[in-house]
Amino acid sequence: MSGRSDGARSPADPDVLVVGAGPAGLSAAAELGRLGIAPVLVVDREPEPGGIPRHCHHAGFGLQDLRRAMSGPAYARRLTRLAADSGARLSLETTVTRVDPSGAVSLVSPSGLAELHPRVVLLATGARERPRSARLVPGDRPAGVFTTGQLQQWVHSHHLPVGRRAVVVGAEHVSFSAALTLREAGVETAAIVTDLPRHQTLGAFALASRALLRIPLLTSTRVVAVHGRGRVSAVEFEDRISGRRRTIGVDTVVFTGDWVPDHELVRRAGTRMDPATKGPLTDGGGQTSVIGIVAAGNLVHPAETAGSAALGGRRVAQRLAGRLRRGDVGRAVDGVEVQVDEPLAWAWPGIVRPDDVPVRVLLRTSAFTGRRTVSVEQAGRVLGRARLRHATPNRSLSIPGDWVADVDLLAGPIELRLV
Amino acid sequence: MTEVADVAIVGAGVVGCAIARDLARHGLAVTVIERAADVGEGTSKANTAILHTGFDTVPGSLESRLVSRGHHLCAAYAEEVGIAVEPTGALLVAWDDEQEAALPGLVEKARANGYDAAQCIDAAEVRRREPHLGPGARSGIEVPGESIIDPWSLTLALATEAVRANAALRLGSSVEGIEEGDDEHVLVLSDGRLRARWVINAAGLFSDRVDRMFGHDGFTVTPRRGQLIVFDKLARGLVSRILLPVPTERSKGVLVSPTVWGNVLVGPTAEDLEDRGDTATTEAGIAELMRAGRAILPPLLDEEVTATYAGLRAATADRDYQIRLHATQRYVCAGGIRSTGLTGSLAIAEHVADLLRSAGVVLDPRGDLGPPPSMPALGEAQRRPYQRADLIERDPEFGRLLCHCERATVGEVRDACRSEVPATDLAGVRRRTRAMNGRCQGFYCGAEVVALTAAETGRSVGELTRVDR
Repeated sequence: MSGRSDGARSPADPDVLVVGAGPAGLSAAAELGRLGIAPVLVVDREPEPGGIPRHCHHAGFGLQDLRRAMSGPAYARRLTRLAADSGARLSLETTVTRVDPSGAVSLVSPSGLAELHPRVVLLATGARERPRSARLVPGDRPAGVFTTGQLQQWVHSHHLPVGRRAVVVGAEHVSFSAALTLREAGVETAAIVTDLPRHQTLGAFALASRALLRIPLLTSTRVVAVHGRGRVSAVEFEDRISGRRRTIGVDTVVFTGDWVPDHELVRRAGTRMDPATKGPLTDGGGQTSVIGIVAAGNLVHPAETAGSAALGGRRVAQRLAGRLRRGDVGRAVDGVEVQVDEPLAWAWPGIVRPDDVPVRVLLRTSAFTGRRTVSVEQAGRVLGRARLRHATPNRSLSIPGDWVADVDLLAGPIELRLV
Repeated sequence: MTEVADVAIVGAGVVGCAIARDLARHGLAVTVIERAADVGEGTSKANTAILHTGFDTVPGSLESRLVSRGHHLCAAYAEEVGIAVEPTGALLVAWDDEQEAALPGLVEKARANGYDAAQCIDAAEVRRREPHLGPGARSGIEVPGESIIDPWSLTLALATEAVRANAALRLGSSVEGIEEGDDEHVLVLSDGRLRARWVINAAGLFSDRVDRMFGHDGFTVTPRRGQLIVFDKLARGLVSRILLPVPTERSKGVLVSPTVWGNVLVGPTAEDLEDRGDTATTEAGIAELMRAGRAILPPLLDEEVTATYAGLRAATADRDYQIRLHATQRYVCAGGIRSTGLTGSLAIAEHVADLLRSAGVVLDPRGDLGPPPSMPALGEAQRRPYQRADLIERDPEFGRLLCHCERATVGEVRDACRSEVPATDLAGVRRRTRAMNGRCQGFYCGAEVVALTAAETGRSVGELTRVDR
């Protein structure tokens, strides 16, 4: 069976349209090309390809997927070249404004409006950090409030003045990256605060950066107000244990992490969504509930490292290439849903079926846990168990996916819980 | 200091700008004094963005008359200059016995205000129209004439026309005193002095203070803070009309409304303050609005919040507009105008012009006024620049998206900084283009927008973001 919109297709239409030239999209395009799928078109709304790593000037990119360490911008360039070398075309400053459930894709760029009818749309639109407003932090609305993404572009791409003294809200990987960026911009970080009892980055990274930067870490602390008319003058905190409040005078506050998928296109295309990740529900191959729309990267699991997003894009491309070679794009996702019990927060893939066994299943928790065992059950039947290492919120764990072969398509949802 | 203005208008909110436009187009030499750096920076910028029918105003009041007339004038004006308006209609929903009992009286009140289209509908009809309403929604009143509007562009359009008719806009200047004279007054300003034959007070939150400068003690403005929460555009499909609360003795209630930018808004709170500059949101206010949103439209809470903000209304004890002619002082007070001022603005301007005529001021009949300004299409129901092949072909900068969440283009930000009433800061750019007003609040585009604004306005980024070096 061929694509659902072949009637409207023209020779100019790509076989696969990849939306988003970040690690997932570029890696997917490179892999599709390597596997002989052509033509592949990658579009990105930004003037430069590479996604978020473009703005991350510290080292550590590429280890997972390219087996060598490089800076974010170097990694972005490398992924771009790999995609181009595989034959994929890249169109920048090109925004997809709509993906119609019928398969038509509307685009706008400085050269005008266009409509494409690819056989498959691969959405790799990534994730963003929740801004202050989405976290419902009250107070005044002064200048000096950032997210890490905004701060990194501010400092690295535009070399703009930031401020003098900052608070970093959040203690994930990206939060420490924000502190490094602040230092580079000559801004003192007065504190890193998290409402959780501990930081959530790799111990070594946290230790190294805090030792380097000498920044106090305030745990179990939540931000209750931003003060300042015109410019931030102070941030007010509450100790979650004692309830005590205090104020730190700063002119800058950076809200970090707390990622949410950039899911507008995929939702407006009518896909079923996973309420836990806020990304589309997909199987291990990234297939969504809409025929001809697949999703990869941090759109489906907010947010993994760039390397994980790249590997995810590559995996989705491999599965997609296999189907395209069989002439099969005409299937919406099928299988049973994967549900999780607290303190598990979400699992990916959210849909499984026995003929589609993923290598690993990603898991997140909403709380710190010791070494626990996760039990995989369907209708009271235990399909598998796996030992977990210590779980940290905002960081993924994974378990083997071999149990998926035993899933009964008629026995209802899979439940994952800690025992 | 040698020139004498025919009229000095204090305040460049929607009311001051409407009056300035009217009088300047009638041949008067008008100067508008505004303490903020932009027009519409006070009550006019942070409101519920509703074009009211006036169905629930106090019958017989000046507000009732001017809102009712203003509604028609404003709808026609918005159409003419391309300001986003959507005639969504409104639905008052009752949630308890007390509110349900109040409905027939509200329909009567609407009739007394000259509005006959309001009608009671039963609970099944209410739910049929708004299927996402929370459990417990009872019967209601449909008010088909209520609309949603882009309030920022209205103020801007009026200011643009005033400037085109040679009105002077003196921004960043506040009135510190008034020296009354026999032929002319001297306004003592923070940045100099201004001579004017007539003074019109459209100072909103500060209108009582200006009134006192003329020796009157007629009213006191109490800033009433209204906090608001704006939800993501993906929530827009949950509600098709303005969902109004039924006011009772105990509470005025909270509304849920679509916006012309494609979002859903919940608010406002009503808190009487002393500080006329306190537009902070509070934990209690946000919690109250989230509670109300959850009760009225439960699935709303599954969506992301795009923005929270607060505005101040100029509330007075008299509950009516404070519009008075003091002919011997050559002074008109147009103060105490609350949230309905947006709807009433054009009728208020007409009324003020009539008062001046009655005092012997000669207003030229309208001559050639030139074509109306064409305001940027900011509404989701309009064709935005990024959707127009003709525009992009002529100027590719309209195909270069800058703010992805709101789909605002480089061309629009550039033009906003070069317009007749130009944006001079980030807030001005946001109101004129929607850039950075979306769900990411600048995660993707913040640095780009700031850099472009700095380049276009000639101001440094440090100055625009108030970095103290």
